[in-house]
Amino acid sequence: MAVTDTPRAAQGPGATIPAGSTAQWRDKKRYLWLMGLVVPSLGFAAWGHVELTGLSLFWYLGPIVVFITVPAVDLIAGLDRSNPPDDVVEALENDKYYRWITYLFLPIQYAALIWACWMCTEPAWAPAMSVVDKVGLALTIGTIAGIGINTAHELGHKKESHERWLAKIALAQSFYGHFYIEHNRGHHVRVATPEDPASSRVGETFYAFWLRTVSGSLKSAWNLEKPRFKRKGKSHWSIKNDVLNAWLMSVVLWGGLIAVFGIGILPFLVIQAIVGFSLLEVVNYLEHYGMLRRRTGPDGTGRYERVQPSHSWNSNNIATNVLLYHLQRHSDHHANPTRRYQTLRDFEESPVLPTGYAGLIILALVPPLWFKVMDKRVVAHFDGDISRANIQPSKRAKVLKKYGAPSAPASEAA
Amino acid sequence: MARYVCPGCDYSYDEDAGDDREGFAPGTPWSEVPDDWFCPDCGVRDKVDFEPA
Repeated sequence: MAVTDTPRAAQGPGATIPAGSTAQWRDKKRYLWLMGLVVPSLGFAAWGHVELTGLSLFWYLGPIVVFITVPAVDLIAGLDRSNPPDDVVEALENDKYYRWITYLFLPIQYAALIWACWMCTEPAWAPAMSVVDKVGLALTIGTIAGIGINTAHELGHKKESHERWLAKIALAQSFYGHFYIEHNRGHHVRVATPEDPASSRVGETFYAFWLRTVSGSLKSAWNLEKPRFKRKGKSHWSIKNDVLNAWLMSVVLWGGLIAVFGIGILPFLVIQAIVGFSLLEVVNYLEHYGMLRRRTGPDGTGRYERVQPSHSWNSNNIATNVLLYHLQRHSDHHANPTRRYQTLRDFEESPVLPTGYAGLIILALVPPLWFKVMDKRVVAHFDGDISRANIQPSKRAKVLKKYGAPSAPASEAA
Repeated sequence: MARYVCPGCDYSYDEDAGDDREGFAPGTPWSEVPDDWFCPDCGVRDKVDFEPA
């Protein structure tokens, strides 16, 4: 794998335990990863804070923690660039402690969902909660659902079938089960190309991207599942269709919650689901903004070059990295999608975001601010030639005019 | 019958076994696997990148 040939990997092929050994290496983040379980616990923590302080603002604890506390900690705690040495990677991958942390996310996630539904409908509780409070709790539970998609993402990339099933279960809450197919077989194949609905473009606001990715990912997932049934001469309207069986899980889950808590819970479920998958999509928006793979061949119409570390934005901000299982070490993830989170590495040549994902989400929600902060970084990434970026077609002329015409570098070269 | 391995993630396609999930019946030769078919495990490498085992 060419991408592993970083300077850090230059310890000699086939070496067992080289001199200056790394045998003493310890994972400093080993116990920090448990912080990921704080996220699904926020549903209960919201109630606890309201009870303790009497302040109903704390029903909004999920967004408060993710969009205020975590970005602040990212700015204060700074960066963590540490990479596991090559000779411990295999042992680290196989240490089951790390995967159990991700599995544990799910029972807490679902306990929080069921408990929140109960809070919103139970006669002893619900009358004390205003509509604003219930919306706050829905946003908190939606935040958990969104970060649950990140947990599903970690699990869905693995080869073990039970982990793939757990991924689909984690997605059921946000009714986004098709993500498992679209992400692994659509996004990873087409990343940083104009064909990918989940790769954002220069000049494209998050809101325009949201419409394109939500509808495009749905169509993509459906179309990705069809051919494997067609090859067998069978109908894709089957329980074995991974889009349909994932949606069925959501139908069963939502149906069960409605049966227990009444139809009045439906608006709550809808709000938390939209918040959940929108949180995923805003993170998608950050990950590949403006990145474009070149095409091979003399006329530039051949295959796309293989995905390189330079095709994803990265961040070493430790708070978001711990909460999102190293998702921000995105270049290594795209180079080695089946690699487990604890072994993902930082590549020095990868483009780096100005802060962690949590803080940048806020920026993405305000397009003028986002363009102001990010567009110049895209220009710098392409050595001043914005024409090499993935640009929103309807904004192309405007973007080229603003950041320099593509003919400029040629005159410099002469 | 031959076996072909993804150089990225070690997924292997065995002509004898086929790959039921991908819709390839046992005995489906590598030549019948479509050119635009990607590694079902990693999605990083496509058919032309696969190496005979």
